Amino acid sequence: MDTNKKGLIGRLRATGWGFAAMLFIGGILFWGAFNTAMEWTNREAFCISCHEMKDNVYQEYRNTIHASNRSGVRATCPDCHVPKEWGPKMIRKIQASNEVLHKILGSIDTPEKFNAKRLELAKHEWERMKKTDSRECRNCHNFDGFDYAEQGRRSSRMHQTGLNEGKTCIDCHKGIAHTLPEVEQAIGAPKHGATPEEFHPPVKPEETKPEADKSKS
Amino acid sequence: MNKPTFPFARARAAALVLALLPALLLPTAAPAATEAPVKLQTLRGADINASDPEGDGTRYGRDQPPLPRDFVQQPPLIPHAIRGYNITKNFNKCLDCHAWARAKETGATKISVTHFKDREGQELSSVSPRRYFCNQCHVPQSDAKPLVGNTFKPGTGMR
Repeated sequence: MDTNKKGLIGRLRATGWGFAAMLFIGGILFWGAFNTAMEWTNREAFCISCHEMKDNVYQEYRNTIHASNRSGVRATCPDCHVPKEWGPKMIRKIQASNEVLHKILGSIDTPEKFNAKRLELAKHEWERMKKTDSRECRNCHNFDGFDYAEQGRRSSRMHQTGLNEGKTCIDCHKGIAHTLPEVEQAIGAPKHGATPEEFHPPVKPEETKPEADKSKS
Repeated sequence: MNKPTFPFARARAAALVLALLPALLLPTAAPAATEAPVKLQTLRGADINASDPEGDGTRYGRDQPPLPRDFVQQPPLIPHAIRGYNITKNFNKCLDCHAWARAKETGATKISVTHFKDREGQELSSVSPRRYFCNQCHVPQSDAKPLVGNTFKPGTGMR
Protein backbone atom coordinates (compact mmCIF):
# COMPACT_ATOMS: atom_id res chain seq x y z
CA MET A 1 0.00 0.00 0.00
CA ASP A 2 2.72 2.45 1.09
CA THR A 3 4.90 1.68 -1.88
CA ASN A 4 1.92 2.11 -4.13
CA LYS A 5 1.19 5.52 -2.64
CA LYS A 6 4.83 6.50 -2.91
CA GLY A 7 4.86 5.29 -6.45
CA LEU A 8 1.84 7.43 -7.29
CA ILE A 9 3.29 10.52 -5.64
CA GLY A 10 6.60 9.72 -7.22
CA ARG A 11 5.02 9.43 -10.64
CA LEU A 12 3.11 12.66 -10.09
CA ARG A 13 6.35 14.40 -9.13
CA ALA A 14 8.01 13.03 -12.24
CA THR A 15 5.29 14.17 -14.59
CA GLY A 16 4.54 17.29 -12.67
CA TRP A 17 1.48 18.56 -10.83
CA GLY A 18 0.56 20.62 -13.83
CA PHE A 19 -0.04 17.52 -15.90
CA ALA A 20 -2.23 16.00 -13.20
CA ALA A 21 -4.29 19.16 -13.01
CA MET A 22 -4.66 19.11 -16.77
CA LEU A 23 -5.93 15.53 -16.65
CA PHE A 24 -8.39 16.48 -13.93
CA ILE A 25 -9.76 19.47 -15.80
CA GLY A 26 -9.76 17.48 -19.04
CA GLY A 27 -11.86 14.82 -17.32
CA ILE A 28 -14.37 17.39 -16.16
CA LEU A 29 -14.56 18.92 -19.63
CA PHE A 30 -14.95 15.51 -21.28
CA TRP A 31 -17.70 14.47 -18.91
CA GLY A 32 -19.43 17.81 -19.29
CA ALA A 33 -19.33 17.53 -23.07
CA PHE A 34 -20.47 13.89 -23.02
CA ASN A 35 -23.36 14.67 -20.72
CA THR A 36 -24.38 17.75 -22.70
CA ALA A 37 -24.39 15.76 -25.94
CA MET A 38 -26.39 13.01 -24.26
CA GLU A 39 -28.97 15.44 -22.92
CA TRP A 40 -29.10 17.16 -26.30
CA THR A 41 -30.49 13.91 -27.75
CA ASN A 42 -32.93 13.65 -24.85
CA ARG A 43 -35.25 16.43 -25.97
CA GLU A 44 -38.57 16.37 -27.77
CA ALA A 45 -37.12 18.76 -30.37
CA PHE A 46 -34.41 16.22 -31.15
CA CYS A 47 -36.89 13.33 -31.43
CA ILE A 48 -39.14 15.16 -33.86
CA SER A 49 -36.26 16.42 -35.97
CA CYS A 50 -36.83 13.14 -37.82
CA HIS A 51 -40.02 13.20 -39.87
CA GLU A 52 -40.64 9.55 -38.95
CA MET A 53 -41.42 10.73 -35.43
CA LYS A 54 -42.79 14.17 -36.28
CA ASP A 55 -45.38 13.02 -38.84
CA ASN A 56 -46.56 9.87 -37.08
CA VAL A 57 -46.27 9.35 -33.34
CA TYR A 58 -45.81 13.01 -32.45
CA GLN A 59 -49.05 14.01 -34.19
CA GLU A 60 -50.90 11.27 -32.31
CA TYR A 61 -49.43 12.41 -29.00
CA ARG A 62 -50.29 16.10 -29.37
CA ASN A 63 -53.94 15.75 -28.40
CA THR A 64 -53.41 13.39 -25.46
CA ILE A 65 -53.39 14.23 -21.77
CA HIS A 66 -49.58 13.97 -21.63
CA ALA A 67 -49.21 16.80 -24.16
CA SER A 68 -52.21 19.03 -23.50
CA ASN A 69 -53.84 19.42 -20.12
CA ARG A 70 -55.14 21.88 -17.52
CA SER A 71 -51.85 22.73 -15.85
CA GLY A 72 -49.49 22.47 -18.82
CA VAL A 73 -47.21 19.92 -17.16
CA ARG A 74 -46.02 17.71 -19.97
CA ALA A 75 -44.45 14.32 -20.34
CA THR A 76 -42.41 14.58 -23.54
CA CYS A 77 -40.90 11.74 -25.61
CA PRO A 78 -37.82 11.00 -23.45
CA ASP A 79 -39.83 11.11 -20.20
CA CYS A 80 -41.55 7.87 -21.22
CA HIS A 81 -39.13 6.34 -23.70
CA VAL A 82 -35.72 6.94 -22.08
CA PRO A 83 -34.96 5.73 -18.53
CA LYS A 84 -33.88 8.41 -16.04
CA GLU A 85 -31.35 6.19 -14.22
CA TRP A 86 -27.81 6.40 -15.62
CA GLY A 87 -27.18 2.69 -16.28
CA PRO A 88 -30.47 1.82 -18.02
CA LYS A 89 -30.24 5.15 -19.87
CA MET A 90 -26.81 4.25 -21.32
CA ILE A 91 -28.15 0.83 -22.38
CA ARG A 92 -31.20 2.40 -24.03
CA LYS A 93 -29.03 4.99 -25.79
CA ILE A 94 -26.76 2.25 -27.17
CA GLN A 95 -29.81 0.27 -28.33
CA ALA A 96 -31.00 3.44 -30.06
CA SER A 97 -28.16 3.02 -32.58
CA ASN A 98 -30.45 0.41 -34.18
CA GLU A 99 -33.01 3.18 -34.64
CA VAL A 100 -30.35 5.30 -36.39
CA LEU A 101 -29.69 2.36 -38.73
CA HIS A 102 -33.38 2.06 -39.59
CA LYS A 103 -33.57 5.83 -40.09
CA ILE A 104 -30.85 5.43 -42.73
CA LEU A 105 -32.56 2.37 -44.23
CA GLY A 106 -35.86 4.29 -44.31
CA SER A 107 -37.78 1.43 -42.69
CA ILE A 108 -40.64 3.63 -41.48
CA ASP A 109 -40.23 6.76 -43.59
CA THR A 110 -43.86 6.87 -44.83
CA PRO A 111 -47.10 6.64 -42.80
CA GLU A 112 -47.90 3.43 -44.71
CA LYS A 113 -44.59 1.83 -43.76
CA PHE A 114 -44.99 3.06 -40.20
CA ASN A 115 -48.48 1.59 -39.86
CA ALA A 116 -47.31 -1.71 -41.32
CA LYS A 117 -44.77 -1.89 -38.48
CA ARG A 118 -46.98 -0.37 -35.80
CA LEU A 119 -47.87 -3.66 -34.13
CA GLU A 120 -44.23 -4.73 -33.87
CA LEU A 121 -43.09 -1.33 -32.60
CA ALA A 122 -45.90 -1.14 -30.06
CA LYS A 123 -45.15 -4.65 -28.81
CA HIS A 124 -41.51 -3.66 -28.21
CA GLU A 125 -42.59 -0.75 -26.04
CA TRP A 126 -45.20 -2.80 -24.14
CA GLU A 127 -42.55 -5.43 -23.47
CA ARG A 128 -39.96 -2.87 -22.35
CA MET A 129 -42.45 -1.25 -19.95
CA LYS A 130 -43.65 -4.60 -18.62
CA LYS A 131 -40.07 -5.76 -17.92
CA THR A 132 -39.31 -2.75 -15.75
CA ASP A 133 -42.68 -2.66 -13.96
CA SER A 134 -43.50 0.51 -15.95
CA ARG A 135 -40.52 2.35 -14.46
CA GLU A 136 -40.89 5.41 -16.70
CA CYS A 137 -44.55 5.84 -15.72
CA ARG A 138 -43.64 5.60 -12.07
CA ASN A 139 -41.10 8.43 -12.41
CA CYS A 140 -44.16 10.68 -12.11
CA HIS A 141 -47.07 8.45 -11.06
CA ASN A 142 -46.42 7.14 -7.58
CA PHE A 143 -48.89 4.49 -6.39
CA ASP A 144 -48.23 5.49 -2.77
CA GLY A 145 -49.61 8.90 -3.67
CA PHE A 146 -52.89 7.53 -5.04
CA ASP A 147 -55.89 9.00 -3.20
CA TYR A 148 -58.57 6.50 -4.15
CA ALA A 149 -61.30 8.78 -2.80
CA GLU A 150 -60.25 11.46 -5.30
CA GLN A 151 -60.20 9.03 -8.21
CA GLY A 152 -63.31 8.29 -10.21
CA ARG A 153 -65.45 5.24 -9.46
CA ARG A 154 -63.95 3.24 -12.27
CA SER A 155 -60.32 4.19 -11.80
CA SER A 156 -60.44 3.76 -8.04
CA ARG A 157 -61.82 0.23 -8.36
CA MET A 158 -59.59 -0.86 -11.21
CA HIS A 159 -56.40 0.57 -9.68
CA GLN A 160 -56.96 -1.20 -6.38
CA THR A 161 -57.81 -4.61 -7.85
CA GLY A 162 -55.10 -4.32 -10.51
CA LEU A 163 -52.32 -3.37 -8.13
CA ASN A 164 -53.33 -6.12 -5.69
CA GLU A 165 -53.11 -8.62 -8.53
CA GLY A 166 -49.56 -7.43 -9.19
CA LYS A 167 -50.36 -5.68 -12.44
CA THR A 168 -48.27 -2.83 -13.75
CA CYS A 169 -49.36 0.39 -15.53
CA ILE A 170 -48.76 -0.87 -19.09
CA ASP A 171 -50.92 -3.96 -18.53
CA CYS A 172 -53.99 -1.72 -18.90
CA HIS A 173 -52.73 1.70 -20.07
CA LYS A 174 -51.80 0.92 -23.66
CA GLY A 175 -52.24 3.47 -26.40
CA ILE A 176 -52.52 6.41 -24.00
CA ALA A 177 -50.14 8.59 -26.02
CA HIS A 178 -50.16 7.04 -29.49
CA THR A 179 -52.61 5.34 -31.83
CA LEU A 180 -52.90 1.63 -31.19
CA PRO A 181 -52.14 -1.09 -33.72
CA GLU A 182 -54.92 -3.47 -34.70
CA VAL A 183 -56.35 -5.23 -31.67
CA GLU A 184 -58.61 -8.28 -31.87
CA GLN A 185 -61.89 -7.34 -30.14
CA ALA A 186 -64.36 -9.80 -31.69
CA ILE A 187 -66.13 -7.25 -33.89
CA GLY A 188 -66.97 -8.46 -37.37
CA ALA A 189 -64.16 -10.17 -39.27
CA PRO A 190 -61.13 -11.27 -37.23
CA LYS A 191 -58.23 -8.79 -37.08
CA HIS A 192 -54.62 -9.79 -37.49
CA GLY A 193 -53.21 -7.56 -34.80
CA ALA A 194 -52.57 -7.90 -31.09
CA THR A 195 -54.45 -10.84 -29.54
CA PRO A 196 -56.64 -10.28 -26.46
CA GLU A 197 -53.97 -12.07 -24.38
CA GLU A 198 -51.28 -9.71 -25.64
CA PHE A 199 -53.42 -6.66 -25.10
CA HIS A 200 -54.61 -7.62 -21.61
CA PRO A 201 -51.99 -10.02 -20.25
CA PRO A 202 -53.75 -12.47 -17.93
CA VAL A 203 -52.56 -12.47 -14.31
CA LYS A 204 -50.41 -15.55 -13.71
CA PRO A 205 -50.81 -17.12 -10.25
CA GLU A 206 -47.11 -16.64 -9.39
CA GLU A 207 -47.36 -12.97 -10.32
CA THR A 208 -50.00 -12.36 -7.71
CA LYS A 209 -48.32 -10.79 -4.72
CA PRO A 210 -50.76 -10.03 -1.94
CA GLU A 211 -47.80 -9.97 0.49
CA ALA A 212 -46.31 -6.98 -1.28
CA ASP A 213 -48.81 -4.64 0.35
CA LYS A 214 -48.27 -6.12 3.81
CA SER A 215 -44.49 -5.76 3.65
CA LYS A 216 -44.84 -2.15 2.58
CA SER A 217 -47.11 -1.06 5.39
CA MET B 1 -66.25 16.35 -95.62
CA ASN B 2 -65.98 16.70 -91.87
CA LYS B 3 -64.30 20.07 -92.08
CA PRO B 4 -66.94 22.82 -91.76
CA THR B 5 -67.08 25.38 -94.53
CA PHE B 6 -66.07 28.96 -93.77
CA PRO B 7 -69.52 30.76 -93.62
CA PHE B 8 -70.99 28.02 -91.46
CA ALA B 9 -68.25 28.34 -88.85
CA ARG B 10 -68.72 32.10 -88.73
CA ALA B 11 -72.44 31.75 -88.04
CA ARG B 12 -71.69 29.35 -85.21
CA ALA B 13 -69.18 31.72 -83.64
CA ALA B 14 -71.70 34.54 -83.82
CA ALA B 15 -74.35 32.43 -82.10
CA LEU B 16 -71.87 31.57 -79.34
CA VAL B 17 -71.04 35.23 -78.73
CA LEU B 18 -74.75 36.08 -78.59
CA ALA B 19 -75.41 33.30 -76.11
CA LEU B 20 -72.55 34.35 -73.82
CA LEU B 21 -73.22 38.09 -74.06
CA PRO B 22 -75.50 38.46 -70.99
CA ALA B 23 -73.12 36.46 -68.88
CA LEU B 24 -70.16 38.51 -70.04
CA LEU B 25 -71.89 41.84 -69.42
CA LEU B 26 -73.56 41.04 -66.10
CA PRO B 27 -71.40 38.51 -64.32
CA THR B 28 -72.53 39.34 -60.76
CA ALA B 29 -75.68 41.45 -60.91
CA ALA B 30 -77.97 38.73 -62.30
CA PRO B 31 -77.71 36.10 -59.51
CA ALA B 32 -77.84 38.70 -56.71
CA ALA B 33 -81.20 39.99 -57.92
CA THR B 34 -82.90 36.58 -57.66
CA GLU B 35 -81.32 35.08 -54.50
CA ALA B 36 -82.25 36.44 -51.08
CA PRO B 37 -79.22 36.83 -48.80
CA VAL B 38 -79.05 33.83 -46.46
CA LYS B 39 -76.81 33.99 -43.44
CA LEU B 40 -75.51 30.53 -42.73
CA GLN B 41 -74.55 29.89 -39.12
CA THR B 42 -74.38 27.10 -36.59
CA LEU B 43 -76.88 26.67 -33.74
CA ARG B 44 -74.33 28.40 -31.54
CA GLY B 45 -74.30 31.37 -33.92
CA ALA B 46 -70.78 30.71 -35.15
CA ASP B 47 -69.64 30.77 -38.75
CA ILE B 48 -70.24 27.39 -40.41
CA ASN B 49 -66.59 27.08 -41.35
CA ALA B 50 -65.32 27.93 -37.87
CA SER B 51 -64.32 25.14 -35.52
CA ASP B 52 -66.22 24.62 -32.27
CA PRO B 53 -65.43 27.29 -29.68
CA GLU B 54 -62.89 26.09 -27.17
CA GLY B 55 -63.16 26.54 -23.44
CA ASP B 56 -66.86 27.42 -23.43
CA GLY B 57 -67.10 26.18 -19.86
CA THR B 58 -68.77 22.89 -20.73
CA ARG B 59 -67.67 20.16 -18.37
CA TYR B 60 -68.27 16.49 -18.68
CA GLY B 61 -69.33 15.03 -15.37
CA ARG B 62 -67.35 12.61 -13.28
CA ASP B 63 -68.22 8.92 -13.27
CA GLN B 64 -71.75 8.20 -12.18
CA PRO B 65 -73.94 5.11 -12.02
CA PRO B 66 -76.06 4.46 -15.15
CA LEU B 67 -78.40 7.37 -16.01
CA PRO B 68 -82.19 6.90 -16.30
CA ARG B 69 -83.70 6.66 -19.79
CA ASP B 70 -86.57 8.77 -21.15
CA PHE B 71 -88.03 6.14 -23.49
CA VAL B 72 -87.50 2.41 -23.60
CA GLN B 73 -85.73 2.33 -26.95
CA GLN B 74 -83.31 5.10 -25.94
CA PRO B 75 -79.68 4.13 -26.34
CA PRO B 76 -78.28 4.30 -22.77
CA LEU B 77 -76.36 7.51 -22.02
CA ILE B 78 -72.65 7.43 -21.21
CA PRO B 79 -72.30 8.26 -17.49
CA HIS B 80 -68.60 9.10 -17.66
CA ALA B 81 -66.14 11.33 -19.51
CA ILE B 82 -64.84 9.97 -22.80
CA ARG B 83 -61.97 12.33 -23.48
CA GLY B 84 -59.30 10.57 -25.51
CA TYR B 85 -61.44 7.47 -25.99
CA ASN B 86 -60.91 6.92 -29.67
CA ILE B 87 -62.77 4.62 -31.99
CA THR B 88 -60.45 3.87 -34.89
CA LYS B 89 -60.23 1.18 -37.54
CA ASN B 90 -57.70 -0.60 -35.35
CA PHE B 91 -59.24 -0.28 -31.93
CA ASN B 92 -62.52 0.55 -30.23
CA LYS B 93 -61.89 2.00 -26.78
CA CYS B 94 -65.52 1.56 -25.64
CA LEU B 95 -65.48 -2.17 -26.25
CA ASP B 96 -62.25 -2.46 -24.28
CA CYS B 97 -64.55 -2.38 -21.22
CA HIS B 98 -68.09 -2.93 -22.52
CA ALA B 99 -67.40 -6.08 -24.58
CA TRP B 100 -68.80 -9.24 -23.00
CA ALA B 101 -65.28 -10.63 -22.60
CA ARG B 102 -64.16 -7.55 -20.66
CA ALA B 103 -67.26 -6.45 -18.74
CA LYS B 104 -66.83 -8.78 -15.78
CA GLU B 105 -63.30 -7.59 -15.05
CA THR B 106 -64.05 -3.92 -15.59
CA GLY B 107 -67.51 -3.78 -14.02
CA ALA B 108 -68.90 -2.06 -17.12
CA THR B 109 -72.35 -2.60 -18.61
CA LYS B 110 -72.26 -5.33 -21.27
CA ILE B 111 -73.32 -4.20 -24.73
CA SER B 112 -76.85 -5.26 -25.64
CA VAL B 113 -77.56 -8.52 -27.48
CA THR B 114 -79.24 -6.39 -30.16
CA HIS B 115 -75.69 -5.49 -31.25
CA PHE B 116 -75.03 -9.12 -32.21
CA LYS B 117 -77.39 -9.05 -35.18
CA ASP B 118 -76.87 -8.11 -38.80
CA ARG B 119 -79.36 -5.88 -40.60
CA GLU B 120 -81.36 -8.91 -41.79
CA GLY B 121 -81.88 -9.94 -38.18
CA GLN B 122 -79.44 -12.84 -38.46
CA GLU B 123 -77.82 -13.58 -35.08
CA LEU B 124 -74.01 -13.29 -34.97
CA SER B 125 -71.39 -14.67 -32.60
CA SER B 126 -69.46 -11.38 -32.52
CA VAL B 127 -70.42 -7.70 -32.46
CA SER B 128 -71.96 -6.55 -35.74
CA PRO B 129 -69.69 -4.09 -37.60
CA ARG B 130 -72.71 -1.80 -38.14
CA ARG B 131 -72.64 -1.18 -34.36
CA TYR B 132 -68.98 -0.19 -34.39
CA PHE B 133 -69.34 3.55 -33.89
CA CYS B 134 -70.74 3.65 -30.36
CA ASN B 135 -71.11 7.41 -30.08
CA GLN B 136 -73.38 7.58 -33.08
CA CYS B 137 -76.14 6.65 -30.60
CA HIS B 138 -74.59 6.70 -27.13
CA VAL B 139 -73.58 10.15 -25.91
CA PRO B 140 -71.99 11.54 -22.75
CA GLN B 141 -73.76 14.23 -20.72
CA SER B 142 -72.45 17.67 -19.82
CA ASP B 143 -73.74 20.63 -17.86
CA ALA B 144 -74.23 22.67 -21.05
CA LYS B 145 -77.40 24.74 -21.43
CA PRO B 146 -79.76 23.32 -24.09
CA LEU B 147 -79.38 25.21 -27.38
CA VAL B 148 -83.10 24.99 -28.13
CA GLY B 149 -86.07 24.32 -25.87
CA ASN B 150 -88.17 21.19 -26.10
CA THR B 151 -91.37 19.82 -24.58
CA PHE B 152 -90.48 16.14 -24.62
CA LYS B 153 -92.11 13.95 -21.96
CA PRO B 154 -90.92 10.44 -21.10
CA GLY B 155 -92.79 7.66 -22.91
CA THR B 156 -95.64 5.85 -21.15
CA GLY B 157 -93.46 2.79 -20.70
CA MET B 158 -91.06 4.80 -18.54
CA ARG B 159 -93.57 6.67 -16.34
